[in-house]
Amino acid sequence: MDDLIADFVAECREMLEALGGEIVAWEAQPDDRARLDSIFRFVHTVKGNCGFFEFPRLEALSHAAEDALADVRAGRRTPDGPLVSAVLAVIDRIGEMVAAIEAGEEFAGGDDHVLIQALEPGAEGPAASAAVAVADGKAAAAPRTIRLSVELLDRVMSGVSDMVLARNELARRLRETDSDVTVDGAFERLSGIIAEMRDAITRTRMQRIENLFVALPRMVRDLSGELGKQVLVDIDGGDVELDREMIEMIRDPLTHIIRNAVDHGIEKPAERLKAGKREIGLLSVSARQSGNQILIDIVDDGKGIDGKKLVEKAVAAGSIEAADAAKMTARERLALIFEAGLSTAKEVTSISGRGVGMDVVRSNVERIGGIVEVDSTPGNGTRMTLRVPLTLTIIPALTVSIGSQHFAIPRAAIEEIVRANGTSVTLDSIGGAGVATIRGRRMPEISLADVLGLASDVPDDQRTLVVLRPAGGDLYALAVDRIHDHEELVVKPAAPAVMATGLYAGTTLADDGSPILLFDPAGVAEVGGVKLEAQERAARIVETASTNTIRDDNVLLFRGLDGNRRAIRLALVDRIEEVGRGSIRQAAGQLRVQLGDIILPLAGADSLGEGDDKVRVFRLSDGAREIGYVFRDVIDLMTIDHEVIPAEHPGAVSGVSLIGGEPAELVDAHWLFAQHLGAIARAGEQGVCRLPSGDAWIQNMLRPIVEAAGYLVIDEHDELIPDVVIASGPGETGGSHSGHTLVLRDEPEASGDDGSIYRYDRAGLLSALKAASGGKGR
Amino acid sequence: MSQLLLIVSIGGSRVAFPSAAVESVVELDTLIPVPRAAPHVAGLSALRSRVLTVIDTVRSLDLGESDCSDGIREAAVVELDGHHYALIVDSVEDVVEAMSDPSPIRAAMGEGWERVALGMVETDEGPLLLVNVAALIAGPSSEARAA
Repeated sequence: MDDLIADFVAECREMLEALGGEIVAWEAQPDDRARLDSIFRFVHTVKGNCGFFEFPRLEALSHAAEDALADVRAGRRTPDGPLVSAVLAVIDRIGEMVAAIEAGEEFAGGDDHVLIQALEPGAEGPAASAAVAVADGKAAAAPRTIRLSVELLDRVMSGVSDMVLARNELARRLRETDSDVTVDGAFERLSGIIAEMRDAITRTRMQRIENLFVALPRMVRDLSGELGKQVLVDIDGGDVELDREMIEMIRDPLTHIIRNAVDHGIEKPAERLKAGKREIGLLSVSARQSGNQILIDIVDDGKGIDGKKLVEKAVAAGSIEAADAAKMTARERLALIFEAGLSTAKEVTSISGRGVGMDVVRSNVERIGGIVEVDSTPGNGTRMTLRVPLTLTIIPALTVSIGSQHFAIPRAAIEEIVRANGTSVTLDSIGGAGVATIRGRRMPEISLADVLGLASDVPDDQRTLVVLRPAGGDLYALAVDRIHDHEELVVKPAAPAVMATGLYAGTTLADDGSPILLFDPAGVAEVGGVKLEAQERAARIVETASTNTIRDDNVLLFRGLDGNRRAIRLALVDRIEEVGRGSIRQAAGQLRVQLGDIILPLAGADSLGEGDDKVRVFRLSDGAREIGYVFRDVIDLMTIDHEVIPAEHPGAVSGVSLIGGEPAELVDAHWLFAQHLGAIARAGEQGVCRLPSGDAWIQNMLRPIVEAAGYLVIDEHDELIPDVVIASGPGETGGSHSGHTLVLRDEPEASGDDGSIYRYDRAGLLSALKAASGGKGR
Repeated sequence: MSQLLLIVSIGGSRVAFPSAAVESVVELDTLIPVPRAAPHVAGLSALRSRVLTVIDTVRSLDLGESDCSDGIREAAVVELDGHHYALIVDSVEDVVEAMSDPSPIRAAMGEGWERVALGMVETDEGPLLLVNVAALIAGPSSEARAA
């Protein structure tokens, strides 16, 4: 309550201050409507708030003044001298009372009745002094908060930005000269202070978008209850920070879109069941930062927007010609939803559907330099994307280079970075267009050098691919010559001539003082000819697409927690994560590591022992499942070029080899997976399938399928008796066994009736597996 | 009428910039090209922690191309709509006082000059062409689009 009163007092004071000039002007010109209106608004606000706080005297006063002013506004009364004086007296009294409330005192003085009476038509004005008591000594009890104009904050912010740049330049100069240690020390301190200040000033303007999202679940709950629907809200990205002002600006559009989604998008449970969907509708609201934009996606799985109906409506309403309508693309049709006065809702509900919504949403968003996009599939749902600019001028970026020139890419848009010659990457040229396949995911690939028309001395396969997800688009890979550094860059808008290229989001200065251009990932894609509309699912291809995954001998040499040199096949390492010691726990019989919101079994050590706070973990993947492998540090990327001496017993180490001139243990990933995942897999009655352990294709591709079919996979060394043996060619069955043998062939067409199965005949494989185990597998 | 003019030479011609528009005269050393930008945008340069967009005035006037290979170029720094530009010139000569208002030039000038001309001004050093800095920055391409 105290907070509310403080707000009330602050608001009143603010209005009183603003009113100061108005009152005097109104006195000189009582028929000035604008002045009258602002005074009326003031007393009206005060009256409204007083009722809430129970300040009866204030309320009576403001009420009387409001009545009198309302008469004037309605033309029932002409403002004359006495009225003006009376109103001024009331306002002065309000000011005094507010001051008293602020000081926490009872306001005793004065007789309000006289003042109120003076407002009556024909009353003699009291000689109220204009000496306002607002600014008396007591009232100046220091407020804990102050209100600042955003403009001032902007100025401070830009000053701090310049300061950061100046510091960067100074840092460079200092590096160039042999400076004194004491100077360096002082500079370090200055640097620290500037960084802190920058953070603070950035924070003053930034707010987590959570503040906006937090009210959504309740809103959706109430709405869906009212409409007899069931809606599950999934909110993501609440930690994205956005300019405070911007949050206020998108509040209404966002609310409106969500109301629409619940009201028109998501169907009633019965309809959903009829359409073969879960009866609970899913509404997901997510925010993410992409370059200098914030993207807010509102996705529902409801009935979607019927583009045809929209067109019919638009034609009927006369906003488009029938001839034009026929030529419209699906996207253009959907965009009609933003036209004024169109709504596909059959009936007008109290929540939305009056057709005055989306056009207002769009104009509101565009006013702040944003964009609203709509994408919808009838029957499957609608995706609305709000793109709003981020006024934040300092963004983390990755610097890359082509030839000798450096550029920056906003880090938020970067999904991952891979080497073009990496084992999980395949580059193809299809009709002259580049296509990259990264771990079974296919995406367009463009070369930055080509886009920019720059000469590059790095051959294609030596480049580095930066996988980008531009604002509102799909993934694509950008080939750059070199990757440099992560930097926090102060981004300034570039000159119009530079922005006209569509490639850049701004300019900045690197630490060395040279200007750097910051890319707009969506712009680069557009200039590079990448079509961003492509559906995300299309990018996911079946694992069986890449046929040339041969066993390669690239290994990552690292030091285990116990200090031993070890090597692991690079293809198995999905990525390396650094985790805090706290995320590793002994749980359910083994060590487990928490990475984000997943928990993986952890190999590589039986216990963590003592050491640093942070440890590194390989994420190993067999294509279907993952385990973690804890280690101390990476030594280098090597190839196995010496003989591997196999270990005597199967275990965590499959053998030893000379790598980089010294012996290193080769990690037996297969054993690790078997150990750490086996516990789960062994449960229940299972078929056992033996796969050749040395065949990478079989291990990487076939094995997951076999395992998914319910088989426990073993290799030649296992003592278990297999129900099925799979061989990659005739004559390789190896060893005697009692079960079936499946022979795989490389050609789709069988050369003879040898009972072999084409290696990509998934259905054939599965049915053979099923038959072999006599239904035991599943 | 005592407008100050900065006399510079562009593509061999002596012309005048309104000196009020010119913040400073600098020597540019590093020049970072802006790939895909309009041809008259020579690149970016940094001046006291500020990014300057460098305009090749010779190109902007369709008179050819400035030779930036030797590294150091003289340039006039101007501010337009909050952005800072450096206009590469052959040389910066002097600041003089205008002795007349700009008057229309009736002689036929080159197309590039026609576009940026504000008029002719009398000075102690004889008549000079007063150049519209904004038009010089806009360059030929935007002019074509506007037409």
